[in-house]
Amino acid sequence: MMEEKMIRKIPKEKFQFVQRGDRIHDEKLQTKAVGYLGDAWNRFRTNKSAVVAFILILVLLLFALIVPAVSHYTITFRDGYYKTALPKADCFKNSGFWDGGKREQQNSSGYLYLNAIGQENGKPAIIKIYDSFVDSTGETFYNLRVDSYYSVGYVYVNLSEAEYKALMQYQDETGIQVCYPLAATHNKHFVRGNDGANFWYKLVDESQGNSGAPKLDDNGKYIPNYLTSDDPQKAGYTSLRIPGDGENGVWYTYAQKNQTGYRARVDYDEYFNYQNGFHASFLFGTNQYGQDIFTCLAVGARFSLILAICVATINFILGVIYGSIEGYYGGAVDMVMERVSDILASVPFMVVATLFQLHLAGKVGPVVSLLFAFILTGWVGTASRVRTQFYRFKGQEYVLAARTLGAADRRIIFKHIFPNSLGTIVTGAVMTIPGVIFSESMLSYLHIINLDTSSTVTSIGTMLANGNGYLNTYPHIIMFPAIFIAILEISFNLFGNGLRDALNPSLRGADN
Amino acid sequence: MTKYVIKRILYMFLTMFVITVMCFVLIKLLPLPAVREMGRDINLVLAKREKMGYNKPIMVQFFLYLKSIFTEWDWGVGEQMYEGLGIWDVMMQKLPYTIVVNLYSILISIPLGLGLGIYAALKKNKWQDAVISTLVMVFISVPSYVYAFLVQYIFCFQLGWFPLQLASLSQAGSIFSGKMFVSMVPAIMSLSFGVIAGFTRYTRAELSEVLTGDYMLLARTKGLTKAQAISRHALRNAMVVILPMIIGEFIGILGGSLIIENIFGIPGIGNLYVNSINVRDYNFFMALNIFYTLIGLVSGIVIDISYGFIDPRIRMGSKK
Repeated sequence: MMEEKMIRKIPKEKFQFVQRGDRIHDEKLQTKAVGYLGDAWNRFRTNKSAVVAFILILVLLLFALIVPAVSHYTITFRDGYYKTALPKADCFKNSGFWDGGKREQQNSSGYLYLNAIGQENGKPAIIKIYDSFVDSTGETFYNLRVDSYYSVGYVYVNLSEAEYKALMQYQDETGIQVCYPLAATHNKHFVRGNDGANFWYKLVDESQGNSGAPKLDDNGKYIPNYLTSDDPQKAGYTSLRIPGDGENGVWYTYAQKNQTGYRARVDYDEYFNYQNGFHASFLFGTNQYGQDIFTCLAVGARFSLILAICVATINFILGVIYGSIEGYYGGAVDMVMERVSDILASVPFMVVATLFQLHLAGKVGPVVSLLFAFILTGWVGTASRVRTQFYRFKGQEYVLAARTLGAADRRIIFKHIFPNSLGTIVTGAVMTIPGVIFSESMLSYLHIINLDTSSTVTSIGTMLANGNGYLNTYPHIIMFPAIFIAILEISFNLFGNGLRDALNPSLRGADN
Repeated sequence: MTKYVIKRILYMFLTMFVITVMCFVLIKLLPLPAVREMGRDINLVLAKREKMGYNKPIMVQFFLYLKSIFTEWDWGVGEQMYEGLGIWDVMMQKLPYTIVVNLYSILISIPLGLGLGIYAALKKNKWQDAVISTLVMVFISVPSYVYAFLVQYIFCFQLGWFPLQLASLSQAGSIFSGKMFVSMVPAIMSLSFGVIAGFTRYTRAELSEVLTGDYMLLARTKGLTKAQAISRHALRNAMVVILPMIIGEFIGILGGSLIIENIFGIPGIGNLYVNSINVRDYNFFMALNIFYTLIGLVSGIVIDISYGFIDPRIRMGSKK
């Protein structure tokens, strides 16, 4: 008792520094000290898969951020004629791979229909004929590679007077033929060919538009069947004409006047170029609404990543505060807090997400209510990790030493315990990102959350849900988002593993 | 040990009760959907609503709900789907599909996962290990629905080996019949990739740690062959961690996978749950919420307790 009192009351001036003036006989340190982060970086660098994953994540992030800004298309872009267009990269033109083509089997009528499109404008809808065979009924079938862009062919458009004039002027300036003569068959009922705009030739049976088998001349060529008149400037058309026009004083008709303006038949590929300034070419194809999947994917990835990073950050902060308090104080505080987090952790996430959707989606929108759902139970994981780390470190000697020196609770928590557990906690926070992206995609796919597809928001899960039902016919709609999310998940997992090893100071020098 | 188990179970009931109350209140605060006119059992549904006191205060309704469950085992009737049918009956009718599909899946996954994991651990740092570890990393990360799309596209559409949707009971005869199994194969495959990868990873990690232990050296020194040492000492110790995981998987088969059941049209519990949300049938929704919460809680407890039974070194509840 006496001793203790004496020790407590040592006057300040009695203290003196012992070794300050002494010469150090030990050898001086020759190398530079390596700090915590430097050491972590050294370890991370040597982990090749983690570095590759990190670079992949950066690439995907850049993709999500840059593509919506530089892409020809926006998410609100929808083209009614290029629905379910196939992926096309211009560098693979006519290679049979990624060229916007698809293998199709057609009977001879279908083959001639597709063949006719290219005969008129010189853009072959059939890339390649693989083979043909005759079946038992004597009908010839063709295995074709069909260009999903050029096979759209021609469409009828209604133009106002100003638009019509502008289009003619464009034709005169560039010398590109956009308008083609109106087909005489255009008011029949056709199952294909955009109201019969592609039937510019004579048919075997004019009354039956549906069969659409062409009548060929003796040389096996199509016989043009355009609307004609003796007036070369019918409906005010003064622009380019196709070859063969005007022979024997018979002129083709390029447009018809109607109540609102003019009705013209245009080559859709060129018309698209005229309207947008570029030819249609979708790197990842389009979905059933005619949206560009490449752009949608970037917008969706951006949405998913921003949501995930928000959730990870908020959960990290909440979890660290809650877990630190639990872990540091222990005892009754811990007991009560642990019960609360236990209950929250036991609620299945689906239940939380659904209830939030049902209650809040109408008030604050589906995105915000999804965010709330992720936060309500998401921080529990971080909190329990932090708590475990605290229990592990708080009994250690260096913490005891800090306390003996009079460090306050806050200082011990944030200066001594926290940095030691940082690796595990940060890794946990990073790993919530792929988890959130996966959960969101699952909820969207199951239609439990509905991000409005007409608005400017989409997500990877929404895109997967869109592709549902097109897996057999147009697998690209679902496969590109699916592959994207798979790469994202793999990268994040590899990166997380690398990060965990890198931030663990006890692995220092373990490899060498 | 007994004390610990009892404590855990009491905690479980407390948690269960709180979650049930929260769920019930939140559901009852939602506007009650009108009973569909088309349903032929509309009177039954209305009578049931009256019995459950739908216009009384929420806590009274909760009391009536619990009372009807505990006294008559009556979980209510379907209002928006399976109109007039008892919730419990419908669930029991759906459960076999979920169980059978998941059971096939883990019966395939566990031996494969363990085998690959053991092989990788024995070949540690050789090329076989590198290949397996890389594949495990890929397979564990990729979401299960991506496999489902690939399996469906390749095996169902392109190759045509398996039917697109599950065979109906009338076609297949029985849920265990061969025809039913064939139509389940795509779903089983999609479910299994991730589970196999998970088991491989754990087995490899555990076993390679155990193999470096001193007692392994001792076992070899005292004259056991490598195979004997591994099977008698290493595997047994590795199982301490792996066995609870297997037990967890077995409890998890009740829950099934929402998305896989949805993609392959398996008429199981998961599909029922998603449908109940989409058509806003709150009676089903409530009952299934309780079901899923209970599965989660029970599997947590069973896994924890099983550690104590399997590993003699762990004695839970003891003050260390």
